Amino acid sequence: MTRDDVTPPSAPAYRPEGLDDAFTDGGDPRPADAGSGSLPALGLVGWLRWVWRQLTSMRVALLLLVLLAVAAVPGTMFPQRPQDPAAVAAYLTDNPSTGPWLDRLGFFDVYASVWFSAVYLLLFASLVGCIVPRTRVHAAALRGRPPRTPRRFGRFPAQGEGTSDDEPRVVVERAAAVLRRRRLGVPWFRADVHDEGAGTWSVSAERGYLRETGNLVFHLALLGLLVAMATGQMLHYRGQAIVVQGTGFANVQAAYDTFERGTAFDPADLEPFTLRLDEFESRFDPVTLQSRDFTAYVTVTEPGGEPVERTVKVNHPIVAGGAKVYLQGNGYAPAVTVRDASGEVAFSGAVPFLPQDAVYTSRGVVKVPDVADGQPQIGLVGFLLPTAQEPAPGLWRSVDPQPQDPLLVLSVWAGNLGLDTGVPQNVYRLDESRMEQAVDDDGDVVTLYVRPGQTVELPDGLGTLTFDELPRFVALDLRHDPSLAWVLTFSLLALAGLTASLFAPRRRLWVRAAPGQRRDEGPGAGTTVVTAAGLARGDDVGLQPELDRVLARVLGAPAPSHDATGLDTPQEGRT
Amino acid sequence: MSVAELSDLFVWSAATALTIALIAYSVDLARLTEAAQAARAAAREPVTVGGPSVAAATAPSGVTGGARGTRATGIARSTLVLGTLLLLVGIVLRGVAAGRSPTANMYEFTILGTFCALVALLVMQRRRPIAFVGVVVSGIAVLALVLALNTLHVQADAVQPALQRYWLVIHVGVAIIATGISTVAFATTVLQVLRDARDTGRSRLERPWSRLDGVRQAFHGARVTGPSFAWLEQVPDARRLEASSFRQHAVGFVLWTLTLIGGAIWAEEAWGRYWGWDPKEVGTFVAWVVYAAYLHARTTRGWAGRRAAYLVFVAYGVVLANFTVVNLYIPGNHSYSGL
Ligand code: HEM
Repeated sequence: MTRDDVTPPSAPAYRPEGLDDAFTDGGDPRPADAGSGSLPALGLVGWLRWVWRQLTSMRVALLLLVLLAVAAVPGTMFPQRPQDPAAVAAYLTDNPSTGPWLDRLGFFDVYASVWFSAVYLLLFASLVGCIVPRTRVHAAALRGRPPRTPRRFGRFPAQGEGTSDDEPRVVVERAAAVLRRRRLGVPWFRADVHDEGAGTWSVSAERGYLRETGNLVFHLALLGLLVAMATGQMLHYRGQAIVVQGTGFANVQAAYDTFERGTAFDPADLEPFTLRLDEFESRFDPVTLQSRDFTAYVTVTEPGGEPVERTVKVNHPIVAGGAKVYLQGNGYAPAVTVRDASGEVAFSGAVPFLPQDAVYTSRGVVKVPDVADGQPQIGLVGFLLPTAQEPAPGLWRSVDPQPQDPLLVLSVWAGNLGLDTGVPQNVYRLDESRMEQAVDDDGDVVTLYVRPGQTVELPDGLGTLTFDELPRFVALDLRHDPSLAWVLTFSLLALAGLTASLFAPRRRLWVRAAPGQRRDEGPGAGTTVVTAAGLARGDDVGLQPELDRVLARVLGAPAPSHDATGLDTPQEGRT
Repeated sequence: MSVAELSDLFVWSAATALTIALIAYSVDLARLTEAAQAARAAAREPVTVGGPSVAAATAPSGVTGGARGTRATGIARSTLVLGTLLLLVGIVLRGVAAGRSPTANMYEFTILGTFCALVALLVMQRRRPIAFVGVVVSGIAVLALVLALNTLHVQADAVQPALQRYWLVIHVGVAIIATGISTVAFATTVLQVLRDARDTGRSRLERPWSRLDGVRQAFHGARVTGPSFAWLEQVPDARRLEASSFRQHAVGFVLWTLTLIGGAIWAEEAWGRYWGWDPKEVGTFVAWVVYAAYLHARTTRGWAGRRAAYLVFVAYGVVLANFTVVNLYIPGNHSYSGL
């Protein structure tokens, strides 16, 4: 902020008449021409200085704020890679001409794009340039004294007057005492008494240093917030793991389905705790079938510790091994056994099927690579229906998310699963390129319907499939971010600073007592003329009432109600 | 009749009462216009008219004594109170019917936000009745309630696990109050800009347009400097409106900040990250940044007053879009409209 650049909060047209806001005077140590927009003298240093002054001017800060808002908008209009990579891929397919260009320009990851980063980094550079000199000025102001009493009070937005029988000096000392009274342990006003000569005394007082302090705290906290968030980005890790009921999870990178980390986090630092899913409970609304409650009962064993039973719920993460563990998803993992043509067990285990809708119609793949020599590998693709119903012949669907009558509906593929091609595979999809679907003699696709406990023959003599039982699985997010406490601290500091900055009134009051010319105007009429004036930063509806209160105390009589400003009574509860 | 149906009935009656309040405020506004024109006619006698600025300078500023206590003002006030109370009952019954705080879907957000705007209006009107702000806010309120009942209404019901947290009350409640206050503050700012335009004689409809001048002439009667806006001379002057709008925005901005922080804390618990650039988060962030820009602009030379007020219009537009477009058309974690 430069001095030249800042007007008091009221614009020329909006400013109380005839008053230059003394609060901005001397508010900035830099020369008045800063940021004036005139071209700089030649020379690299001069030029750099000019750029810096522009950057830290209030007008450029304003521009950058507006730019930041504008730059954030495209992120809601285009699919974003971190949130929804599939949608980005679909967009690129649908828009082959514009898509790649948008991609190159960062429109699919707006918040990590060069231009978005440039805007906020410039804004924060501007912030630093603005905050440092202001902090210095404010620190000096905190040590300074209230400005001397102005000669005339005529122009000030708040005024008051009265008379007293006491000597001017006594009146002024009393005023100073009233103003310096402590409130909540701190003096209400900082006040100085001045002897103005010729028997006239005055007191000048100022309060509300908290306002500027709050403003600085607010801006510094924003800076702290940015640093804390960036640190967190570097030190964090986050991974997702699917854990089937009755099985465990060990916190090593290989155990995660997805894992990402900040550049400064070493996966070797993962704390090797283990977590076992003992039981999973879900509740649904009986009529609408909407979910009502999910609870995972787990046993956590920290390195060198005893096993501890915990519960994880949506909205209620637990902390284990320095990481927060969230319950993000759940579903069924039918446990099946596949025997190959020779009758040997080729596969046995629980396979997570991913729920597709509110009634947990779940989709999944069972891959059976380890079959007897000479036999094709087997892939089983299809659905699990927790509560199966057949509304029309051959048409099955689920009517309830709870497993009232589970049914596996699978089609059978034989051939090469492609697991040894070296290309990482999605466990929830079957690569059908080297496989063939089993059909019956009429050429219709063979569909298997299996209930728990049942065993069915696979077509073409491939073997048998047994549906053993139906355990649940949970999808857990594990996240470690050591900066969280800092992020919260800086947010709350910003909030507190902002509140002080917006609501703590910054006021100056002056009271002058002079030997009066008026004499014997009747009983009680004093001989000392007392006048007062007040000035506030910005429009301040509480200024006049405060001046009246002070005057009333000084004079020991009801305050003369004198509304010099015509300002209205407070709104929004502000005093 | 079930409790939920009873709740709807109360909201409907609130909308009806508020419609009456809207009409009464409009009548009041029309009366003010006439009074202002009469005052102007009286003032014109000794002065040769030079332009609207002369008229503005001679017209009384501030609220005239006659603004209080007329029939229309009385009706507006009592129906406003009645409508607000009916709405409160409707909201409470809604909460009873759903067995939770009524802050879970767009319908509930709308009726609660309307309620907050009405309370803010009542507080403001108690100090200083301004018919125009009454017209704008009760107009928005009626529109919002009817829209809510007709298109956003969903069954009163319990919520999914991701929403089961006291944060539902804190975060959403604060956001609703912030929206309500921003609405009244917006109305005050509109008034400020209109009053400012009239005082300074600025109207784009005054000067001929190079093209489409026919359009201009068709709307000429609606120019802010014309007789149909004479009532503006009865409202507080632009400076006081600006101060009042700033105070409201200051409260609103603190509440928006709290909404962001509360939302981040809740997202950390529910979604496993405090910030994820979800469309709703972006919308709130953008509105917050534009409001911050407004607060800056107030103190930037050349920007205070009218230009800062334009930023308020942008910010309020973002607030509305964040509630409507983002909820209904943009997929994200906040798609909780239930529609
Ligand atoms: C990170 C971006 C920023 C945000 C979100 C922000 C936000 C705010 C807000 C909300 C206020 C109002 C508080 C009040 O009126 O006391 C404010 C005031 C202020 N800001 Fe910023 N600010 C930012 C950057 C800057 C920068 C870069 C500068 C300097 C060039 C700056 C200078 C000021 C000044 C001087 C005030 C006090 C205005 C007054 O006199 O009341 N801010 N800021």
